[in-house]
Amino acid sequence: MKKRRMYFKMITASLMRRRSRMIVALLSIAIGATVLSGLLTIYYDVPRQLGAQFRNYGANMILTSTEENLSLEDVDQAVSVIKSGDVVGVAPYRYENVRINEIPVVAAGTQMSGAKSTSPYWSVEGEWPAQNGELMVGAKVADKFRLKQGDSIAVSFTPDEKDTNDEVVVDSSIDFKITGILDTGGSEEEYVYMSLDDLEELTGDKGIVNIAELSVSAQSDELIAYADTISNSVSSVSARLVKRVTASETTVLTKLQALVLLVTIVVLALTMICVFTTMAAVVAERRKEIGLRKAIGASDKSIIAEFVGESMLLGLLGGILGTVLGFIFAQQVSVNVFGSSISFRPLLIPITIFASMAVTALSSLLPIRSATDVDPALVLKGE
Amino acid sequence: MSLLELKNVSKIYGELHALDNVSLKVEKGEWVSIMGPSGSGKSTMMNIIGCMDKPTKGEVLLDGVDISKESSKNLTTIRRDKIGLIFQQFHLVNYLTALENVMLAQYYHSIPDEKEAMEALERVGLADRAKHLPSQLSGGEQQRVCVARALINHPEIILADEPTGNLDEANEKVVVDLFHKLHDEGTTLVVVTHDPEVAEVAQRMIVLRSGRLSKEVVNRNFTGKIKLEDNN
Ligand SMILES: Nc1ncnc2c1ncn2[C@@H]1O[C@H](COP(=O)(O)OP(=O)(O)OP(=O)(O)O)[C@@H](O)[C@H]1O
Ligand SMILES: [Mg+2]
Repeated sequence: MKKRRMYFKMITASLMRRRSRMIVALLSIAIGATVLSGLLTIYYDVPRQLGAQFRNYGANMILTSTEENLSLEDVDQAVSVIKSGDVVGVAPYRYENVRINEIPVVAAGTQMSGAKSTSPYWSVEGEWPAQNGELMVGAKVADKFRLKQGDSIAVSFTPDEKDTNDEVVVDSSIDFKITGILDTGGSEEEYVYMSLDDLEELTGDKGIVNIAELSVSAQSDELIAYADTISNSVSSVSARLVKRVTASETTVLTKLQALVLLVTIVVLALTMICVFTTMAAVVAERRKEIGLRKAIGASDKSIIAEFVGESMLLGLLGGILGTVLGFIFAQQVSVNVFGSSISFRPLLIPITIFASMAVTALSSLLPIRSATDVDPALVLKGE
Repeated sequence: MSLLELKNVSKIYGELHALDNVSLKVEKGEWVSIMGPSGSGKSTMMNIIGCMDKPTKGEVLLDGVDISKESSKNLTTIRRDKIGLIFQQFHLVNYLTALENVMLAQYYHSIPDEKEAMEALERVGLADRAKHLPSQLSGGEQQRVCVARALINHPEIILADEPTGNLDEANEKVVVDLFHKLHDEGTTLVVVTHDPEVAEVAQRMIVLRSGRLSKEVVNRNFTGKIKLEDNN
């Protein structure tokens, strides 16, 4: 017991009282541990971050009908297949030809909150419609009719002639207040967006849509499984994936993780070289002390035990330092690159500390081995 | 049986005979000094007796064991159990305190015992410097710590290679007085020295020349304790 106390006293004294020397070794270990823990944090957090990132690029699943029209019940049924936590947003869309100032325009009826989450990249000048009677106008439509936010316009609808036979065709019409101009750079700019309720009132029939867009938080194989289940279990619905986004998400993820891993390995190797040279220098510098210890009776085993203990202690300190700095580093990267903070993983603490101790001990092995070659006679002679 | 016996010991480096057919007996409790010009083989002989080197030829019996045939691992054990070493340069571990340096010898020998280590420091008059690092001690004080360390495990024999070589007269006297005390307690002492005054106080003086024993002088005036009291 007493012996162990003396052992710890010695190895701590060696680090504490020879501070300037050991600080170099400690720094190199701490830097290695920092990069290790930082990169590992990023490595584990990247899927989450990138998932969120890619979901910003909109819907990744589209539901269509296998028959003519999709009913809202079908959509609900399909969505219920997906784990509720994975559903980021659902936006059903119904498209109808309407007229503004007697000129035909395509109107899209949707649930605004759903559309907002499946199309987060849409930039709206003004506000999204918040209630019935409010309209969002595509930029091209707004140009054509010289409309701006706050304007009121009437949108009218003429029922299909076939359906009404020879009776007098009666147009329905609703007055809308324009709340925002939609700017996407795509075909959406040619539509006007209103609530599904308004469009149903205008057309007079309810409960059907053309497509539904879904944003689902899942990896590509899970997504494929969801789509298959939906297509199979809800017979009137066909689910297909928006391939470009989901596939690239996985590719980018794999490549990024491979890169992070590679950098980690390189950094670990560099740390090992650094620790190796530092420990070799330390052993060379302490040849006299080693000889003295041997002269007063230290066995090779106790010399090795002392140096291993010192290097493990260094590894421990460097590991603790590195865990803290690494988290800060990962946090900075996350905030600057992904714009969101990172989730802390407690498991990384023991992993980093253990890796740092193992790497330090491993790279000290050769220098320590050479410590036992010291000839105590040289000390007595005064080398 | 003598505590130490060298039988026709030679140490040869290439062409050079650092020790050339040396035979010597040291009895238990004896105090022997070894003199001789630089390069005459004094340290070489001390290294061999101290189990840190092996002779090229001959036998070295320490307490009946032929140490010239032992493995280096066994030599470490013998050195730890039977020998106390004092060097010319005051070799201390520079990041351990005086007390810890003494305890280090206990640590390798058996179990560190702070009380006993403190007593050893008291014997050399350094109780109040126990917590000082070597860099905070004078040369004389450092050498006294080395003496405390050498005697802490009650070795059969203390080997000192020019223990006063770097000391002034006052400190030299402190160390020599310590040797007197150790001798009175029955410790065997072998002391290499260039200083005739240090050599003369021993019971017997041996002179080496070019690796050979050239002279042996028995000190008829040696009076042990009384001599020490005279000095005081
Ligand atoms: N490892 C070695 N290799 C070759 N020659 C050596 C070695 N060690 C000692 N010698 C030689 O052996 C001779 C005796 O050396 P030793 O150190 O025993 O002398 P010494 O009597 O202690 O001298 P000093 O009073 O200067 O300390 C010297 O000529 C020295 O050069
Ligand atoms: Mg010498």
